[in-house]
Amino acid sequence: MTGKRIASVLAHRLAILAYVVFALFPLYWLLKVSVTPNKLLYSEGIRMWPSQTSFEHFDFVLKHSEFPTFFKNSLIVSGSTAIIVTVLASLAGYAMSRFTFRGKYWIVTLMLLTQMFPLVMLVAPIFKMLSPLGLTNSLTGLVIVYTAFNVPFATFLMQSFFDGIPKDLEEAAMIDGATQFVAFRQIILPLTLPGIAATLGFVFTAAWSELLFSLMLISGNDSATFPVGLLSFVSKFSVDFGQMMAAGVMALIPACLFFLLIQRYLVQGLTAGAVKG
Amino acid sequence: MASHAAARNGGARRDQRPLKKRLADASAPYLYSAPALILIVTVMLVPLVLGISYAFRDIQLLNPFSGGFIGLDHFKTLSQDQNFYRALKNTLWWTGWSVLLQFVLGLILALLLDKPFAGRAIVQALVFLPWAVPSFLAGLNWAWLFNPVVGPIPHWLFSLGLMSEPYNILSDPQLSMWGPIIANVWWGIPFFAITLLAALQAIPRDLYEAASIDGAGPVQRFISITLPFLAPTIAITVLLRTVWISNFADLIIVMTNGGPADRSQIVASYIFTQAFKRLDFGYASAIALVLLALLITYSMLIVILRQWLLSKD
Repeated sequence: MTGKRIASVLAHRLAILAYVVFALFPLYWLLKVSVTPNKLLYSEGIRMWPSQTSFEHFDFVLKHSEFPTFFKNSLIVSGSTAIIVTVLASLAGYAMSRFTFRGKYWIVTLMLLTQMFPLVMLVAPIFKMLSPLGLTNSLTGLVIVYTAFNVPFATFLMQSFFDGIPKDLEEAAMIDGATQFVAFRQIILPLTLPGIAATLGFVFTAAWSELLFSLMLISGNDSATFPVGLLSFVSKFSVDFGQMMAAGVMALIPACLFFLLIQRYLVQGLTAGAVKG
Repeated sequence: MASHAAARNGGARRDQRPLKKRLADASAPYLYSAPALILIVTVMLVPLVLGISYAFRDIQLLNPFSGGFIGLDHFKTLSQDQNFYRALKNTLWWTGWSVLLQFVLGLILALLLDKPFAGRAIVQALVFLPWAVPSFLAGLNWAWLFNPVVGPIPHWLFSLGLMSEPYNILSDPQLSMWGPIIANVWWGIPFFAITLLAALQAIPRDLYEAASIDGAGPVQRFISITLPFLAPTIAITVLLRTVWISNFADLIIVMTNGGPADRSQIVASYIFTQAFKRLDFGYASAIALVLLALLITYSMLIVILRQWLLSKD
């Protein structure tokens, strides 16, 4: 019996280990090649760690390429998108959570539908709509598009967090004479900080990763975001693996930081939603 | 709390609040949701309608004389477009394998993480990490791993005797589709694991205890407790992921660009190629419309199937 239990615990740990290795190995390899000096890149191609490491690729990418611009552009676009979406989604999610009103069913249906239809379908019309407004090849245009794409899911996310907060709290405040908006801002919002963090992180990551619309709407290097910059870099200098992977490691940093900060809240929020629904 | 709500309703019936206040109260939910709604309608709904109209028009970005209505011409061309049929077949292949592998591996991961063990929090953060990797970077990363110049995978396959020499499977017409599928599975396991783990943690623990007292083994407990509890979550996540993955062109565009010889082209990447490279917005919209119709049909079928299964019980 105990032998069987030990075997099952061992199998469990081994399986977990296999998942961790599978999840981390590609990222580890990215890091490894990015610190391998050029002269060892091919001779020690499949060694697990190079005999010598250097930061020459990072140095080159930071000083002699346009990646700092791409990085800055992506940071501006993803940061603004995350903030605007979270504000809009908090308001809309609060309405969904606390009010029953005519048309609510249709709003929810509309938001669900937007999650279903192919975004590739919108590539051409959005380009045609933004072009006369001068919003193609501009970061503002990207922020508008990304904000719209991310608002529906963020609204559902915020709603599930609001649903987890008892209604009595703002009712008590309103009996004391506060308006509902004041109660929302001063009592409910501070209590949903984990939800706000989760939404910010989620949207930031989504905007940071977006490729197709950025590729379509941005043509010059000046307002290219990181994905577009990296992709054009790859097709232009496809031989310099060390530099490409150094740039890749840099693209990874903000998204991973955000994710590690918020992943705990994400499972919590979804658990709360699952219990309710 | 109930009496409090009743008192408020009673107040509303014989309304003594001034008109202005009543108007403000009634419009509140609309004011809260207006900014989000306006944005969704202008940036998603209007382009959708425009996109549908493009499908029946001749719209080429570089041709100033284009723009006229041409009826069903695009669809006639489409019905004879061999590349489209191949892309459709590839889409089924790509979506089917990606969803199946993501779901099975995600479910196993969720079950493993549902057991308490030392260091669970850190393990959870690590195995969910691929989800945070931007999709274009996941694509590039895996493309590099498959590349015999810097990546280890071809050399491993060669040492195992599965390859006659280390080469890149992304340039092999027979195998190129598996590259993006593997990258997609790596990237998508966390999504299934997160949602399924959340659903697992919502199952009341005493059910399991009661079942073990009654002598149910682990397999029996899984089939009679875990699966029925997870079924709604599984149904909705699989449905959403299927639709989402069949539209997901990033990995393919980054890793193979549909090649070699269109062998890994799916409908979504084909639409993008038509719009982005050939700037033929009309034809791209026609393909997109067909894809949309197929996905709606699929979703309806699933919903009907679910209703039928529920009514049978």
